[in-house]
Amino acid sequence: MAQTNGKPRSFQEIILRLQTYWAGQGCAMMQPYDMEVGAGTFHPATTLRSLGSKPWAAAYVQPSRRPTDGRYGENPNRLQHYYQYQVLIKPSPPDLQDLYLGSLKAIGIDMDLHDIRFVEDDWESPTLGAWGLGWEVWCDGMEVSQFTYFQQVGGHDCAPVSGELTYGLERLAMYVLGVDHVMDMPYNDPDASIPLSYGDVFRQTEQEYSRWNFDIANTEVLLRHFEEAEAECEAILSHPYDDPKTGQRIVMVHPAYDQCIKASHLFNLLDARGVISVTERQAYIGRVRALAKKCADAFVQTEAGGYAA
Amino acid sequence: MPDLLIELFSEEIPARMQARAAEDLKKRMTDALVEAGLTYGGAAGFATPRRLALAVEGVLATSPTTREERKGPRVDAPEKAIEGFLRGAGVTRDQLEVRDEKKGQVYYATITRPGRPAAEIVAQELEKVIRNFPWPKSMRWGAGSLRWVRPLHSILCILTDDVGEATVVELEIDGIRAGNITQGHRFMGEGAFAVSSFDDYRAKLRRDHVVLEAQERADHIWQDAGNQAFAAGLELVEDAGLLAEVSGLVEWPVVLMGQIGEDFLGLPGEVLQTSMREHQKFFSVKNPKTGRIERFVTVANVETADHGATILAGNQKVLSARLSDAKFFWENDLRLVRDKGLAGMAEGLSEVTFHNKLGSQAARISRIEALSRDLAPALGADAEIVGLAAKVAKADLQSEMVYEFPELQGLMGRYYAEAEGLAPEVAAAAQEHYSPLGPSDAVPTGVVSVTVALADKLDTLTGFWAIDEKPTGSKDPFALRRAGLGVIRIILSNDLRLSLSQFLDLQLLRQKITLNRRKATTGEIDTLEEVLDEIADHGVFGAAFEAVMARLKADDKAPEAGDGTVLDGVEKSLPELSADLLAFLHDRLKVHLRDDGIRHDVIDACLVMPRADDLTLLVKRAQALGAFLGSEDGENLLQGFKRANNILTQAEEKDGVEYSYGADAKFAETDEEKAIFAALDAAEPEITRALEAEDFAGAMAVMAGLRPAVDAFFEAVQINADNQVLRRNRLNLLSRIRATCLQVADLTRIEG
Repeated sequence: MAQTNGKPRSFQEIILRLQTYWAGQGCAMMQPYDMEVGAGTFHPATTLRSLGSKPWAAAYVQPSRRPTDGRYGENPNRLQHYYQYQVLIKPSPPDLQDLYLGSLKAIGIDMDLHDIRFVEDDWESPTLGAWGLGWEVWCDGMEVSQFTYFQQVGGHDCAPVSGELTYGLERLAMYVLGVDHVMDMPYNDPDASIPLSYGDVFRQTEQEYSRWNFDIANTEVLLRHFEEAEAECEAILSHPYDDPKTGQRIVMVHPAYDQCIKASHLFNLLDARGVISVTERQAYIGRVRALAKKCADAFVQTEAGGYAA
Repeated sequence: MPDLLIELFSEEIPARMQARAAEDLKKRMTDALVEAGLTYGGAAGFATPRRLALAVEGVLATSPTTREERKGPRVDAPEKAIEGFLRGAGVTRDQLEVRDEKKGQVYYATITRPGRPAAEIVAQELEKVIRNFPWPKSMRWGAGSLRWVRPLHSILCILTDDVGEATVVELEIDGIRAGNITQGHRFMGEGAFAVSSFDDYRAKLRRDHVVLEAQERADHIWQDAGNQAFAAGLELVEDAGLLAEVSGLVEWPVVLMGQIGEDFLGLPGEVLQTSMREHQKFFSVKNPKTGRIERFVTVANVETADHGATILAGNQKVLSARLSDAKFFWENDLRLVRDKGLAGMAEGLSEVTFHNKLGSQAARISRIEALSRDLAPALGADAEIVGLAAKVAKADLQSEMVYEFPELQGLMGRYYAEAEGLAPEVAAAAQEHYSPLGPSDAVPTGVVSVTVALADKLDTLTGFWAIDEKPTGSKDPFALRRAGLGVIRIILSNDLRLSLSQFLDLQLLRQKITLNRRKATTGEIDTLEEVLDEIADHGVFGAAFEAVMARLKADDKAPEAGDGTVLDGVEKSLPELSADLLAFLHDRLKVHLRDDGIRHDVIDACLVMPRADDLTLLVKRAQALGAFLGSEDGENLLQGFKRANNILTQAEEKDGVEYSYGADAKFAETDEEKAIFAALDAAEPEITRALEAEDFAGAMAVMAGLRPAVDAFFEAVQINADNQVLRRNRLNLLSRIRATCLQVADLTRIEG
């Protein structure tokens, strides 16, 4: 069981404490999105819900993939698959910094011993057509979170503005637990009858995916899938909002956005395979951004996006 | 008179923006107060990570009352006109005054604007300042519409009178009500407190662990860090930019010195320093005996019960992770260089785009290499060595280290070239060929570095000229003005003698070949490459192009012209581009020489002379002319020339002919006229000799020596004689004098 005070003892305890803390602050506890994404921001609970006028508060763990960061499980700090903890509150509450500091206390960071700093770092996602202003939060010189006030997403001005917090869970947990190599980190309680380390859970998958990402993934297939996802996304959004079968107004944003997420991940895989030149890179990013913008345009035409018939 | 105190308390303001923001707050607010009639004694602006503050001393308690008299319509004017006047002046009819004037009785109004209390003015102006604040980047937050650099939490705004009584200025912006409350340090403060004056504010902030003045924070950091380093027998590496940044990251600086792991001390010092500064904002501490960087200094924002032990341990851990990366990159790069050399490292550059029209980095490097070889004979360099140096100079762009730390480009190339065992001057060129970067940056002096540096910059200039991306106005995205100044400084400070036009032509042609490679036929490309080989022989593109075309025609091998546009286009556009680029360099040279105190008209007079593409010669000429014009001889030369030139020009304009047939001594009538023929006959060979030796001062001294003869000639002889033969001969004689004097510079361009 997660203790509520004192130092946490495992990776999962840190996650559980964050869950408990943010649930206590009134956030809806979402589950990870069931697709491959590069960062927690891609979850529709962030990207799409940061658009439009409706209030929103959500928190979730999001498994994230960055194929180029694969190191066969050998690098102490780098992984091609890792976890982000994501919080999004709209409109951003005036005490968001204090709420955030409270979450650090909840996972056992004692403000009387540590040096917490908010260092300018403006966030931009070229693939999502999104940007915001904020900081990276430093704890004793280490970046433990990204703190952003969204200004624009999918080319739309955010009004009201969402406050977004992103914690890199492995790095944060390694620091709190005092572990030097991510694979050595206790995943569950070290005193459990079957104690598991992060390496027990993920070393093999890191190896498998590193090999596949860098050397094996079939680039022709990936390229074709990219084109297909792009075409499908546009095709879905080209349908009229009124459904002839049910007679209802149904804008199919989420199915279209799934294709945008797919295209983005396929691009990351192609990038890791080294088949995208520097010049082409910008063009691919631009294509994904165009999809994200179309999805954003469509989302604000839905009820969740603030559309009123 | 009251004092004003303003504090705008927000979430963390980016360090780089703080100083400017404090200054903007001061300037905008005090300007607005003065504009509204509130003069003041003194003002000071302050910034910490969480607040901007402004203290204004001795503000007028109320603005002065002003009166303005305004003339209105005549008394018998239509009622509407009078009503309009009343509305405009804001007075009632009984307040109007009637005065007799020539045209009848006229209404006058006296508009009184009563003084307003300071608080009212401050409230009004502060709101404007906040709403229009010039942040480099600002944002919205929550559901509001106000923009600030980060969310604005509170406004403190008080006026403190002479007895120390403070009044809050009534003001509300987007739901934030001004008050007299603020708070101290985020973690070490005791919560909110009220303040009654600036002194009270500053003292309470200090009590709650906030040092208001950025300079005081910086001084404290610098002193404490220096002391700690000194106590360990080490010394702090100066870094003013970092000091300013770090002072803007803390309200209560706590200096901590830590160790760099043994494993990492073998990394180049610049790598340690860059990694620590860029990623961690650490200062470097070096051992003065070995020059090695051995420790770091970090600045925390809190005092802790364990005296910073936890903070330092954390920072050390982060640093180790960072340096492990750096070490990994360094070792990988070294392995690659040992296995395949820098040339092997450079291989991937064909996949890296330099500019989408100008091709890959590899294409760019091969152009620079070719030009370096072309330049070698003129600069006294070995073509093979400069070719190699150019080939490997940018290889480090493919290194992992430079990918991680772009600012180490060049320097890493030098380390890797040394590791490969390349000649020291080749290694040096990898680092130095980027120089000079700024106007005060050192210029390379070794001949290999000089050649590659020059070729690099000329390639950049010709490339962007060829695609018509010249700098315009304030826009110079490819830093071409800097490249131009670099070319000038390299040439002048190394006293290089070369005909730039030839090399501009060569490189422009290479750019054209790159640009047209797809469009042109093989024959056309071959022809252009043949022209490349010919330029050295013919001096410039035009002659070389004609020679090649003539030869090909004679051999009946004229290239298949495709659609005929490529060869044509290149032939037509290249000379113009080359001249335009040389004119650009001349413009940059003018700016550069103006800073050296050489007048623009002096430079203009020299620019039109032959071989103006030899910048060293050009400057030599301009310097000699500038110095000479300041002397008595110079005055003589200029006056003698002007006198002859004025008369001649007038006659030429009147007659519509140019008198350049040559004067004949046999038509000389007077002694003075004969004397001047003799003087010219004697002077001309001397001038020619001096000019051949580039002794411009000597040539001009000889010219100045003609003045007595010229003056005597004008005294004794009437130029516009009735006899047309004599007149023409005299004008032709003046023409000879003019031509003689124009051999050093175009004196008609000299002002005064």
